Amino acid sequence: MQSNSILTLQNLSKTYTSGSSELTVLKDVTLTIHEGETCAVVGPSGSGKTTLLGLCAGLDRPSEGGVQLCGVDLNGLSEDETASLRNQHVGFVFQSFQLIPTLTAIENIMVPAELRGERGVASRARSLLEAVGLLDRATHYPSQLSGGEQQRVGIARAFINKPRILFADEPTGNLDAETGETIESLLFELNQKEGTTLVLVTHDLELAQKTSRIIQLKAGKVVSDDISSRFAIPDPGVQVSR
Amino acid sequence: MSNLLWILKMAVRDSRGSRGKLLLFVSSMVLGVAALVAISSFGENLKRAVDDEALTLLGADLSIENGDPFPERVDVLIDSIGGEQSYRVSFASMVFFPSNGGTRLSTVRALEGNYPYYGAVETMPPEAAGTYQQSGGALIETSLLKQFDLSVGDSVKVGVVTYRIDGEIVKTPRETSAMGMLSPRVFIPYEGLDTQLLSRGSRARYEMFFKFEEGRDVDALVEDIEPVLRAEKVGFDTISERQEDWNEGLTNLYRFLNMVGFIALLLGGVGIASAVHVYIKQRIETVAILRCLGARSGPTFGVYLTQASVMGLIAALVGSGLGIGIQFLIPQLLADFLPVRVDIEIMWMPVLAGLSTGLGVSLLFALLPLLAVKNTSPLLTLRKSVDTTTVVPSRWRYVIYVVLVAAVFGFAILQAPVWWLGLAYGGAIFIVFGLLALVAKGITVFSRTFFPSSWPYPWRQGFSNLYRPNNQTVILMLSLGLGTFLIVTMFLVQQILLKQIEIAGGEGRPNLVFFDIQPGQLDDLSTSVSDQGLPLLEKVPLIAMRITKVNGRTLEEIRQDSTRDEYTWAHGREYQSTYRGELTDSETLVAGEFVGYYESGSSLVPVSIEEDVADELGVGVGDSLEWNVQGLPVSTLITSIRKVDWQRVQTNFFFVFPEGVLEQAPQFFVLLTRAEDEDQSARMQSSVVSRFPNISAIDLSLVLNVFDAIYSRISFVLRFMALFSIITGVIVLISAVSVSRYQRVGESVLLKTLGASRQQIIKIQFVEYLFLGLLAALTGVLLSVICAWLMALFVFESPFYLSGITLLIAVLAVSALTIAVGMFNSRGIYNRPTLEVLRAA
Ligand SMILES: Nc1ncnc2c1ncn2[C@@H]1O[C@H](COP(=O)(O)OP(=O)(O)OP(=O)(O)O)[C@@H](O)[C@H]1O
Ligand SMILES: [Mg+2]
Repeated sequence: MQSNSILTLQNLSKTYTSGSSELTVLKDVTLTIHEGETCAVVGPSGSGKTTLLGLCAGLDRPSEGGVQLCGVDLNGLSEDETASLRNQHVGFVFQSFQLIPTLTAIENIMVPAELRGERGVASRARSLLEAVGLLDRATHYPSQLSGGEQQRVGIARAFINKPRILFADEPTGNLDAETGETIESLLFELNQKEGTTLVLVTHDLELAQKTSRIIQLKAGKVVSDDISSRFAIPDPGVQVSR
Repeated sequence: MSNLLWILKMAVRDSRGSRGKLLLFVSSMVLGVAALVAISSFGENLKRAVDDEALTLLGADLSIENGDPFPERVDVLIDSIGGEQSYRVSFASMVFFPSNGGTRLSTVRALEGNYPYYGAVETMPPEAAGTYQQSGGALIETSLLKQFDLSVGDSVKVGVVTYRIDGEIVKTPRETSAMGMLSPRVFIPYEGLDTQLLSRGSRARYEMFFKFEEGRDVDALVEDIEPVLRAEKVGFDTISERQEDWNEGLTNLYRFLNMVGFIALLLGGVGIASAVHVYIKQRIETVAILRCLGARSGPTFGVYLTQASVMGLIAALVGSGLGIGIQFLIPQLLADFLPVRVDIEIMWMPVLAGLSTGLGVSLLFALLPLLAVKNTSPLLTLRKSVDTTTVVPSRWRYVIYVVLVAAVFGFAILQAPVWWLGLAYGGAIFIVFGLLALVAKGITVFSRTFFPSSWPYPWRQGFSNLYRPNNQTVILMLSLGLGTFLIVTMFLVQQILLKQIEIAGGEGRPNLVFFDIQPGQLDDLSTSVSDQGLPLLEKVPLIAMRITKVNGRTLEEIRQDSTRDEYTWAHGREYQSTYRGELTDSETLVAGEFVGYYESGSSLVPVSIEEDVADELGVGVGDSLEWNVQGLPVSTLITSIRKVDWQRVQTNFFFVFPEGVLEQAPQFFVLLTRAEDEDQSARMQSSVVSRFPNISAIDLSLVLNVFDAIYSRISFVLRFMALFSIITGVIVLISAVSVSRYQRVGESVLLKTLGASRQQIIKIQFVEYLFLGLLAALTGVLLSVICAWLMALFVFESPFYLSGITLLIAVLAVSALTIAVGMFNSRGIYNRPTLEVLRAA
């Protein structure tokens, strides 16, 4: 195993059993993602992209195979331990934003940091809000924000803990093209600034092109794993500081 | 520590916008806690009062009492005991009010001496209690004054002696005012008493009260005199015994009330469970996000547990405060049943106990739905629904179920006088709750299966709300049904009991009874009854007698025989038996042959025995009984066993002798007649009493009134306690309805967007609450009918009677209430800004 691999999947399979019928959604997926990489997971609807993401982040358990996230084998962890791991090293951006409706924008952003028991995170949250251009909406509740604004808050939240890896499941899927673009550029901008590894699930091939690596899924199998030339793979020796 | 801080912070933030809702949810707990606190701190106060006023419970240090004048040996003993003594004779007699001719059977107490030594007879005017003995006046019960429209200064005649009414009795030590309702009391001095009233009739009580100088050891004295008293079958009573009796009785009373209040607590708990269930459902997404962002399940659960605890605590605090206030009402509520004046002080132990019980029950019920938080998968952030079949139900769920069941039974058993009663009560609670829930479930299944697809749209939509996801059917059925059940059962039982008495005195049946008639007075009385145009329905002789031997064994032998535990109340008691030639229509033969006439000279006298007494005595046809008939021995043979319908107003007997044996024995007669109205009855009574002072009369309508009065006091207490449950039910109703309101807002807005008119939306809601209310009321009514029927069958052993009006009113009232609460809570739904709702959804 390379020292700079941040996510390793080994013969990963996921099978759903409903009644007597079995549905294998992921079959024997093996791949490694390196620290600092940006990669897109693409594939037709139902091909298992979201399932894969869920397994990578330890939101779900594989039927077979293993996941190593940040050097830790997820199979050996309890639910709570994976939760802590996520809190430490993982950021999330969701298609449907997933802000907590009872918290203001800035409170939503602070949640991951506060979960670690950190104090004085408000200033960091504020600067992130500023980075996404919503400083004046800090005390607004999600229901008072537009979809694009909500997603910007979601992105700010994803970065508050300076994650080593960021998972995004169709972050622009619910937004119009223009807003989607703003969000995309914001995402890449912050990603580059923080040196975060990015795993992006998307339908949008244009968006996928912006990443350094495109993993294509079809019926639960990796059918192509294409390292694009547009972005150079970062020097394996460089450790991104956190 | 940082965890705790986070939990608190999150709990506070997350409760934003729902605090009012949360408070409403837990408010269903308030009244249960209030009832608990009020009753148990009243119980503490009562215990203290009984202890403080123990002396007045007897009014003396020692009392000795007997059904006959004290025997020689006891008289000697009384002399030797010393101390200050008072002598009192109490007996039932007609009293007569010359000013208006009124007359009523009363309890006359003729006193010589300064009893009560502890506590005082309270009268109006106050000085009358101290003077009536010297002045030769009388004190009489307030109810008598009221009934006959008398005032102090009028006279009352007891036997042939006329007394001036010096005052009215307000309160006496030892007796509760409920006791005076059955037979009003008349206090007179013993001196000058018409002793003719005592020489006949045997229902008198002779008592001697003692007050000793400081420091005398009453227990030791009792030990000394006990052998003689026992031998002479004379009873005695000491303060500590009285105190124990009362403590036991009152403890049972307040425990009973506690159990009634407990229902409110449980109902509140169910309300909380259902409300928290809905609340958590709305929070599941938040939980999933938190889990996804890396919150561990413990702290996440902690956030909602904290919210539930704080709200539970607030409810418990408010409930306790309310309970502290309410307990001041209880002494007045129970005043008629209490022997001592209870001054309420705030007792902190019960308050603390109520507080923790309230919090505990809130949490216990909240925990069930809260567990969903623990099982929430972070995957929900990626998918709308997550396959939960693979999630193992938390074993905590079972722990909570077990704790809940144990708590209910534990509480019931702790509060019940005997464990099996507690077990039965706990079981009954589960049965009623279970049945209501079952019916609710049945309704949801039924309404889905038999959906009235031909109805107009608003009706279909409203109807389908009964079974659609997030329906409130079960919880509303529980809260409404239980409330309906409690109140309707109480009304039905009261009606059954009243009806029973009414039927007993119905058309053609006797409703006026004269008794203690001496043989020589019978003909005169019969004539005067007939002269007034009243029918002579029955004339029955009564002879007092006691059993001496059963199948040749003396009672003493039976009692001593420790191998067989046979001796019962039926052996030692005095029997009033009669003789006649045939069975009456309230009797049926179940074994042997009824012998109506006894040939003098033949061997044993054939008698007929009632079946229950036969069981108690352990005898049947062919067994022999030996009697002491006022000094004369009579040997009898049981030749038949009868079943007796005790419900009739008739003279019914355990033993019926044949004609030809007892005609010469000392006896009294009872005469049954029927007066068509109160006036006739009053005129008849007063004319009889003025001619024959020793003859007593009972008018059935009076019994009916007295019963009604007593029952309505009791049921007032019960209703008061049931009120806690009913109001709790309404609160649960309100909170359930407002919960469904939050759920239905989105839907209504959607409908509105799709073009539904305000009227259509209102109609849909109306239909939903109409069905809920109607079904809940019907279920509650049905359960209460079953319950009342069972009680009529097994507890009162009386015919079942059902008033359709009562049921109709109950159903209408509950439905109307449901619709009113529902519509009131849904007001304004139509006016909610569409966009705000759609965005939040
Ligand atoms: N709990 C489940 N039980 C059974 N099948 C499931 C379950 N969850 C997902 N699936 C199935 O797994 C397959 C992969 O689903 P997944 O959501 O990963 O697809 P996707 O690639 O993310 O699709 P999309 O692009 O539409 O989001 C689908 O066919 C889906 O129906
Ligand atoms: Mg997907």
